[in-house]
Amino acid sequence: MEYLLHILILIGIYVILSVSINLIVGYTGLLSIAHAAFYGVGAYVAALMALSLHSPFLVNTACAVVLSGVLGALVGIPSLRIRDDYFVIATFAFQIITFSVLNNWVSLTGGPMGLPGIPQPTIFGLQVSSHVGFLLLVGVFCALTLWVTHRIVRSPFGRVLKAIREDEVFAQAAGKNVAAYKVLVFVIGAGVAAVAGVMYAYYISFIDPTSFTVMESIFIISIVIIGGAGSLWGPVVGAVVLVVLPELLRFIGLPNAVAANLRQMIYGGLLVAFMMWRPRGFLGEYAFQGKEARG
Amino acid sequence: MSDTVLNVNNLSKSFDGIRALADFSCELRQGDVLGLIGPNGAGKTTLFNVVTGFIAPDEGGKVLIEGSDVTGLASYKLANRGIARTFQDLRLIRQLSVLDNVLLSFRDQPGERLWNAFFQWRKTRQREAANRREATRLLEEAGLAEKANDPAENLSYGQQKLLSLVCCLAAKAEVLLLDEPVAGIAPEMREKILAIIRDLPAQGKSVILIEHDLDAVMQTCDRVVFMDAGAKISEGTPEEVRNDPKVIEAYIN
Repeated sequence: MEYLLHILILIGIYVILSVSINLIVGYTGLLSIAHAAFYGVGAYVAALMALSLHSPFLVNTACAVVLSGVLGALVGIPSLRIRDDYFVIATFAFQIITFSVLNNWVSLTGGPMGLPGIPQPTIFGLQVSSHVGFLLLVGVFCALTLWVTHRIVRSPFGRVLKAIREDEVFAQAAGKNVAAYKVLVFVIGAGVAAVAGVMYAYYISFIDPTSFTVMESIFIISIVIIGGAGSLWGPVVGAVVLVVLPELLRFIGLPNAVAANLRQMIYGGLLVAFMMWRPRGFLGEYAFQGKEARG
Repeated sequence: MSDTVLNVNNLSKSFDGIRALADFSCELRQGDVLGLIGPNGAGKTTLFNVVTGFIAPDEGGKVLIEGSDVTGLASYKLANRGIARTFQDLRLIRQLSVLDNVLLSFRDQPGERLWNAFFQWRKTRQREAANRREATRLLEEAGLAEKANDPAENLSYGQQKLLSLVCCLAAKAEVLLLDEPVAGIAPEMREKILAIIRDLPAQGKSVILIEHDLDAVMQTCDRVVFMDAGAKISEGTPEEVRNDPKVIEAYIN
């Protein structure tokens, strides 16, 4: 039972991550490979505050979201004004830098040793300690993320995002400040990713930099591509599939070393298969490919 | 003599040493339809791109809207200053519905601010509903109402040209820059689009029309500018320009 709850909690965390990056990648058509970095920033901010300041959960969450959003603005404002290619490179650089900082600033982050012993969160006097409690907590934040995304994509604001994805020149000629929209969406995505990081840190109660590598960013993007970019529920489907699939491998009874490698191969195979035969993913309305290719 | 809504003063633009615009000046008066003709590569579309802020002009030239200097402003700002344009290569959001394309063209929508996706729901909803009614009315007048919910890519080429014009109308701009609005479409649709353009001055709008179809220009425009190699060769009524020896010479060349 606990195992099942654990899987559901993981799915919840990946839903928050993939739904938020879908705003950037799926709705606005910008490729960011820094999502795991914002996820990590959220986790470390919450963990450090909980460990050293003993500040309450909601305060830590708010600080994590704000700091991650500010970092998002610092990466996005200079790079999004130029061209999308530079933005991809800037996010990649930010991902690498963030990992290096987490891995090397030993006095603050503990370096490769990570941060153990993150206390259980207390919300309005209730301590969340059981798996059920965490599942509820993650569920609430999942629902909140989906609601925020739903409001955004159904609004005229979301309509402009889709226009930017399909044809920036049209959007500009229609009087939309394209660069500002891109920065805003990137900042929102960064902020929400931090929420997932906070959840992860409190739930596992131990974090180290290996959870927030560029591979993790690519995994999150895979969820969106397989689930369906540019649809509200696509990333949810993708998160379920990509979290559950490797767990099923455990039951086949392969030795751990083989299973880990097999998992990587399955991700790769799935991605290639989807790109070739179903570029829109399970539920997507946006074929994930280069702008030039779409003409 | 009516007021000038758009002034273009001494604009120049070179690309790698090729002068696309050479000290070009012209003015658009309130309620005029100004035809811009000339051979391919004369700099007509470059002029539109400079006036709408997609290309920065070389030093020295100026663009004025109702007397105020707007040279070098970002394209989205110019679009909010009363300029709307169509593109030669037909820019529409092909994957979104016909209605969405028109809705996107309305300027200054409260719902397009992030905050309003969450707050001020009522005001935002009312404005969105009003825009939808207005968009539907525009599509009905253009005869595209049946297609309102189809993706724009399902429209025929002529209907797509018509839709880009409807988008310009939704912008409620004073100045419309139309880049080959009737090139390559069936005669019936051509008549329909030209009729809409001829009707624009009565709504207080002013138009610059780039068109290779000289018949269309003669029927529609009050004045015509002939340009070649980035410079103005001739200007006047359609009759005057057609009979200008310099124009005849340029066409023969």
